[in-house]
Amino acid sequence: MGGRDATMVLLDENGIRCDGRKIDELRKVTIKAGGLKNADGSAYIEFGDNKILVGVFGPRDVHPKHMSNTDTGILRVRYHMEPFSVTERKNPAPSRREIEISKVIKEALEPAVMLEKFPRTAIDVFIEVLQADGGTRCAALSAASVALADAGIPMRDMVSACASGKVADTIVLDVNNEEDQAGQADMPIGYMPNLEKITLLQLDGVLTPEEYKKCVDVGVQGCKDIYEIQKKALADKYFGNKGD
Amino acid sequence: MASKTVIDELKKSKILELLEQGKRIDGRALDEPREISIEVNAIPKANGSARVRLGDTEVICGVKIQPDRPFPDTGDKGLFICTAELLPLSHPTVETGPPQPHVIELARVVDRGIRESHMIDVSQLVIQKDKSVIGVFADNVVVDYDGNLFDACSYAATAALLTSKTPKWNWVDEKAVLDESEPTQLPTSTIPVSVTMAKIGNHIIVDPNGDEWNSMDARITITSDSDGNICALQKGGSNGFSQDEINQCGEISVRVGAKIREILKAAQQSGQ
Repeated sequence: MGGRDATMVLLDENGIRCDGRKIDELRKVTIKAGGLKNADGSAYIEFGDNKILVGVFGPRDVHPKHMSNTDTGILRVRYHMEPFSVTERKNPAPSRREIEISKVIKEALEPAVMLEKFPRTAIDVFIEVLQADGGTRCAALSAASVALADAGIPMRDMVSACASGKVADTIVLDVNNEEDQAGQADMPIGYMPNLEKITLLQLDGVLTPEEYKKCVDVGVQGCKDIYEIQKKALADKYFGNKGD
Repeated sequence: MASKTVIDELKKSKILELLEQGKRIDGRALDEPREISIEVNAIPKANGSARVRLGDTEVICGVKIQPDRPFPDTGDKGLFICTAELLPLSHPTVETGPPQPHVIELARVVDRGIRESHMIDVSQLVIQKDKSVIGVFADNVVVDYDGNLFDACSYAATAALLTSKTPKWNWVDEKAVLDESEPTQLPTSTIPVSVTMAKIGNHIIVDPNGDEWNSMDARITITSDSDGNICALQKGGSNGFSQDEINQCGEISVRVGAKIREILKAAQQSGQ
């Protein structure tokens, strides 16, 4: 998406990355629960330079009607990037990439949401990426589960997400945009921390079987860190800072 | 394939019941893919092609190779694009119209597996830097559906690419001009193999057929390369995997993938 700097050092001799982080360090993450008046639930996340807003509606009537299911509620997710969110203006129409990400985020949230309690209804999750800087799907997924909780929708667990990857032959946590463009592998992970289940997992890039296991492990640890930030966001809104 | 009937529910409980006894509905072992048959050069007008049957799932892939403009930021690399489409004759529920999200996911996962393995060295596909490059287009069409399109499309595209021949173009007067020399083998390196596994209850099965596909709780597609490294992965479906299951799936994909790679190599030999 952005220009590449061929001279950039991804990992220096002291194990410090191009943005000053250590190999197992997340970017600065802040999540705010609520914030939108009209949505039933909402959340805003800043994940490094990513800025993402999520609004949740429902359970509500399903339109078009034929999509409704008499046994269970349905979850619908739209992941959308604003034209101004990336270096070169993005066409506002949904791209194939955005359609795929919408689908994987939906499938990552479904195991956590008690949809069976709301037959014939829909829960809509709208994700708007205001600024993108690598790892938007994980940031969006983490914010979406906070927004669902903020909407008061019964859930089995939160879904926490972050990416791990391989940069300069090293497995690192939370790959940023530069590392994604120039790095060797990127593995976004979504994880339910209490049920210990992985609900989103993708990979592009080559990993040996040992690196693959390490990468999953590092990513899951990162998800546990994100979980604490998600809990704090909800505690801040509902218990007035007493949660930290 | 989206609609669920009472019959599907009955099939699901039967499939699960059998899995509890370590058996599958069609008698296969849990880590056994269906029979794979590959016919290469099925479409002589294409630069490369393959017709692949994976059990009763059938896919035809045609490769077209032609000059194209490079992407603005990668003028020193050729193009590789892989697509997939479900034809209306492949299943009664398939309709014409813009592609559904599951078909977009299919095309992108198949493309990613081959792209990330670096099977095609796109840096060799340049006619004139920043002006003209060679585009390799692998288009899959599904003609018969019985589950697991990910692997069927991946094997079809890989087999078609392994047997593709590319013409040569020269840069003359600011134009790519076809060289009359005999087309040569498309340069390929590693052979990526995608292995899709379904999770039904607590059981992991390789290459789910149509009935198993409808019954699964979650799925995972893992692509490995000739060195036994993992190069792409996609989890799907409305349930999760434990970390142990993810590690187990990684091992299965490399082990089963190695056997399937031999079938692809044999298909490549038969095309020469």
